[in-house]
Amino acid sequence: MSATATKTVVLEILRQDTTDATPYWEKFELEYRPNMNVISALMEIRRNPINADGKLTTPVNWDMNCLEEVCGACSMVINGRPRQSCTALIDQLEQPVRLEPMRTFPVVRDLIVDRSRMFDSLKKVKAWVPIDGTYDLGEGPRMPERKRQWAYELSKCMTCGVCLEACPNVNSGSDFMGPAPLSQVRLFNAHPTGAMNKDERLNAIMGEGGLANCGNSQNCVVACPKGIPLTTSIAALNRDTTVQMFKNFFGSDHMVD
Amino acid sequence: MSKDREFYLRRLHSLLGIIPVGLFMTQHFVVNHFATRGEESFNTAAHFMESLPFRFFLEWFVIFLPLMFHAFYGLYIAFTAKNNPQRYGTFRNWMFVLQRFSGVFLVVFIAWHVFETRFQAALGAEVNFNMMADILANPFMFAFYVLGVVTATFHFANGIWSFLVSWGITQSPTSQRISTYVTIGIFLALTVVGVQALLAFV
Repeated sequence: MSATATKTVVLEILRQDTTDATPYWEKFELEYRPNMNVISALMEIRRNPINADGKLTTPVNWDMNCLEEVCGACSMVINGRPRQSCTALIDQLEQPVRLEPMRTFPVVRDLIVDRSRMFDSLKKVKAWVPIDGTYDLGEGPRMPERKRQWAYELSKCMTCGVCLEACPNVNSGSDFMGPAPLSQVRLFNAHPTGAMNKDERLNAIMGEGGLANCGNSQNCVVACPKGIPLTTSIAALNRDTTVQMFKNFFGSDHMVD
Repeated sequence: MSKDREFYLRRLHSLLGIIPVGLFMTQHFVVNHFATRGEESFNTAAHFMESLPFRFFLEWFVIFLPLMFHAFYGLYIAFTAKNNPQRYGTFRNWMFVLQRFSGVFLVVFIAWHVFETRFQAALGAEVNFNMMADILANPFMFAFYVLGVVTATFHFANGIWSFLVSWGITQSPTSQRISTYVTIGIFLALTVVGVQALLAFV
C-alpha cells in the first residue's frame, strides 16, 4: 500500500438472492477510511452499489441492530470465522475480506440468516423462570451474590449463532440444538426459583437433538464472542443428566429434589 | 431408530466403548504380549483363552454384541459430523476429527482381523503363533496391523477422555486438561504393548 489517498478495501461477498437461489461471489473495492468496520464497509456498498467490475449491482443485504456486540444480529462468517461484523475492524482483517452468511442456518438473502431454530430450542428447553401464578407468589429464595456474579457470565449469551456455526455436529444432517440453548439450561437451573423446574429442562435436553449430540470438539468455547464457558456448561449438564437419568428410572416419585 | 432414545443410545455407546470393548482390547493386548516370551508361551496363553468355560457366552456378550453396537452406532455418529479442522485447528477439534476417522478405519480393520482369525477358527483353522506369523510375514499386512493397533489404542485413549466428559466426571477445563495428559499416557503405554507383541511374530 502506498499513499493513503489511494488505499482501498477489497471485499468479497458470498451473495444469494433468495433462500433457494445458488450463491455467487461478488467483489467490491471501496475507498479506505480510518476506523472502518465490516458494517461501515457494507453501508458504503449500500450507498454506492457498484462492484469491482464497475457494474451497478443490488445493495448487499445484512442484519444488524445494536452495533456494540450485544445483540448478535450482525453475525456472519468473516475470513472463514463466524463472528459479529460490528466488532470486525477492517484494520485488523486480512484483505480481501471475505464475507459469507452462517450457512448452518437457512440463508434469507445475502448475509441474512434465519436463526429461528435457536429460539425454538430456547422454548423447547424452557429457558425462563416461570413465576406466573393465580395469586402473588411472593419473593423467591435469595441468590448468593457470588453465584449471581458467576451466572451473569452465562447470561451474556445473545443467541448470535456463532457457536452453532462453529460446531461440527450442528448441520443439515443432524438436529442437534447446539451449545447456546444448552448453556441456558445451566443458567436457569442455577437460578434459585428456576431450579424449581430443573427436571423439566434436563428432561428436555435428554430428548431429540439434545445434549447427547455433543461430540466434544470444543469449537464452541473457542468461537463464543462473549467468552461463555460453554464446554464447562455441557460437561456440568452431562453430570446433571446422568443423575437425572438414574432418578427417572430408579428414583422416587419426587420430581425436583 | 427413535430420536427420543438418542440420549440413552449415545450414553450406551460411550459406556460400551470402555466397558467391555476397551477392557477387552487391553486384555487382548496383554495376552498377545506372551508372544514376546516365545512361541510356546503364546500358544499356551491363547489356548487358555479359547478353553475358558462359557466361551460362546463370553464371546457374544463381552465382545461381539457390544463391539457391533459400538461400531455401527459409531459409524452413524461419524457420518453425521461435518468436520471443520481447517476453520478451527485446535487440539480438541483435531481429536474430534481423528476419533471419527480412526473409528471408521477400525470397523474395516477389526472386520478383517476377525475374518482372518476367529472366523477361520470357526471353519476349523487353529489360531496359534504360526497363524499370526504367517499373516505378519507379509510386509503390507504387518503395516496394516501396526496401523490397526495404533488407531485402536488412540481411539480407546481418546474415548476415555470423552467418556469422562460425557458422563460429567471431568467438568472443569483443568480436569479436562489433566485427563488429556493421562489418556496420552494410556495411548503410549498400550501402543508399546501392542506393537511389541506384533514385532514378536516377525
